[in-house]
Amino acid sequence: MTTPLLETRALCRNFGALAAARDINFRLEPGARHALIGPNGAGKTTFVNLLTGVIQPTSGAILMKGRDITGVVQAERVKLGIARTFQINRLFRRLSVLENVYIAVAERVGAAPSMFRPAGTRRDVVEESMHLLDTLKLTADATHRIAELPYGRQRLVELAIALGLKPEVLLLDEPAAGVPSAESHIILDAVDALPRDIGVLIIDHDMDLVFRFAERITVMVSGAVFATGSPREIGADADVRAVYLGRAGRG
Amino acid sequence: MTRPAPGWADHPAALALAGRHRPRAWEPIPWILALAFYFVFPKHLGFGTEVLVTILFAISLDLVLGYAGIVTLGQAAFFGAGAYTVGMLAKHGIWNEPITGLILAALVAAAVGFGSGLVLLRTQGLTLLMLTLCTMALLEEAANLAHDYTGGFDGLDSLPIAPLFGRFEFNPLYPKTQYLYVLAVLFLCFVFVRTLVYSPFGQSLTGIRENMLRMHAVGAPVRRRLVLCYTLSAAIAGAAGGIWAQANAYVNLGTLGLDRAATVLIILVLGGYGRLYGAFIGAIAYMALSHFLSKVYPTAWQLGLGFLLVVIALFARNGILGIAEAAMRRFQSVRAPS
Repeated sequence: MTTPLLETRALCRNFGALAAARDINFRLEPGARHALIGPNGAGKTTFVNLLTGVIQPTSGAILMKGRDITGVVQAERVKLGIARTFQINRLFRRLSVLENVYIAVAERVGAAPSMFRPAGTRRDVVEESMHLLDTLKLTADATHRIAELPYGRQRLVELAIALGLKPEVLLLDEPAAGVPSAESHIILDAVDALPRDIGVLIIDHDMDLVFRFAERITVMVSGAVFATGSPREIGADADVRAVYLGRAGRG
Repeated sequence: MTRPAPGWADHPAALALAGRHRPRAWEPIPWILALAFYFVFPKHLGFGTEVLVTILFAISLDLVLGYAGIVTLGQAAFFGAGAYTVGMLAKHGIWNEPITGLILAALVAAAVGFGSGLVLLRTQGLTLLMLTLCTMALLEEAANLAHDYTGGFDGLDSLPIAPLFGRFEFNPLYPKTQYLYVLAVLFLCFVFVRTLVYSPFGQSLTGIRENMLRMHAVGAPVRRRLVLCYTLSAAIAGAAGGIWAQANAYVNLGTLGLDRAATVLIILVLGGYGRLYGAFIGAIAYMALSHFLSKVYPTAWQLGLGFLLVVIALFARNGILGIAEAAMRRFQSVRAPS
C-alpha cells in the first residue's frame, strides 16, 4: 500500500458537547481527486480546519506522507505543502489582484522577510504571479483591486493564491459557492486544469461539480465518515441517497 | 522551471508594482519647504522643531497602525522610553553625546516594544487597544514612582546635552541646531520607513492588515512579522522622544501620557493613515491650527479642533490626504475623456 499524501487517524474534535469530528479515518492519495460531501453542519469545514491546523484536534493524529503533523502550526503546514481556499472569500480587498497573488508567492519563495528591496523589483515573484493569473484568465483584472471585482472573479483569485503556494495538497472549500451559474464553468475549468500531481480534496454541495470532478467521494454525516467510495458506488448507495442526495436533490 | 517567458514584466500591473516605490516628482517639495522654513522663519524654529518631532512620532505610528493594522493607543510608551533614556543618562552624568544618545534611546524603546509586543500582539482589536494603553500607564506610573532616577512628577530639566559633533550648541531659546538636527533625523527615519513599506516585508504587513486569517493560510509567520514591525516602530518613536528631550533639554511625565498618545493618533487620522505623508499633513494641520486657534480664542480653542475632528471622522475617513486623492481622481477622470 502506498503512503497516503494526507491521512487522519481516529481524528476527533469536540466543541463543548458537540462532536464536530468523530473518529475520522481518512486518506488522500497522491494525485487524488477526492470530494467531501455531506449535509450542512456535517463537519466538512471543521475537517478542513483540522487538516490545515486552524484548530487542533481533541484526539487523533494527522499525517502527511507518513509524518505526524498533528502538532505543526498552520503556517508550517503551508510550508509542508498544504494549501486551501476558503468557503467565503478571504482576500486582501484593498490590494490589487496582482498584489494578492504576489503576497502568496513571495511567502513561498522566501522573499517576504526582505525589507530593503522594493517589492516590484523581485521579478521572479512578479513574473510567476502574472503567469499564474494568466492560467486563470485573470491578467485583464491584474491592476484592479479585489473590491472592484465581481464575486466570481474573486473566487478565482482565491484559487490563484492557493496555487501560488505550489501545494502538494489542495483543499478547496466550496470553490464555486456564491458564483453565478453563468460563471461557474470558469471555476470548474480551473479545477480541471490543476496539475495532475497535486492531491485535491474538494468540498461542495454542487453534485454536478462533484460527480464531474471526483474520482473518489467521502460522505460525512454529523461529524463522522458515513461512506467512502467511487462516484458510482456513492451514487448507487441507497443509504447515502437517503441521508443526503435524496434530500439535497441534484443540481 | 520550465515556464515560457512571456515578458510579464511589461504588464501594467507589474509596472505599477515595480514603479510604486520610485520617488514622485513632488516628493522633494516638503523637504525643500522644511529647509526654507529655517531661513524664512528664524523666530519660529522652536515651533518648527516641535512639528518635525511630531511628524517623526506620527510616522512611527503610521507604520504599525496604517500599514500593519495594529490598533494602539499606547505609542507614547516608546516616545517616553526614548525621552527618559536621554534624560536620565544626561542628568546623571552618564552619557550626553546627542547622536549616540539618540541611538540608545531608540534601542531602549525598541526593547520595550519587543518585550511588550511579544505579549500584546497575541491579542487583537479592543483587547489590544486596552493593553497598549495599560502598558503605557504602567510605564508612566513607574516613572512617577522612581523619583530618584526620573524626577517623578517634576521630571528632569536643564539636561546637559553636549554640542552636536562637539561644535553646535543646543540653545533652547534659539533652536537653530535643534531644527536642522531633527530635520536630518526625520529624513533618515522617513527614508527607512518608506523603503520598508514598499518592500516585500511591507507588502506582507499590508496583507496582515487586510486579512490576517489569509496571511496565516499562505504560511506567513504573522506574529513574528507583527512583533518585528512593532519593535521597529517603537525604535522610531523612541528616537522621536529622545530627540524631543535633547531639543528641549527636559523630560517629564507628559512624554508618557495618554494625551500625547491620543494626540498623535488624532494627527495621523487627520492627515490620513497608511499614506506616509499623512503624518506630515496631519502634524502641520493640527499644530498650526491649535497654534492659531489658541491665540484667537484662548479660552475655547479646543472646541474648534474638536469640531474639525468630528467633520473629518464623519465625512473624510481617509483624512486630508484622502480628500486630496479623491479630488485628484475626479480631476483625472474629468480630463481623461476629452
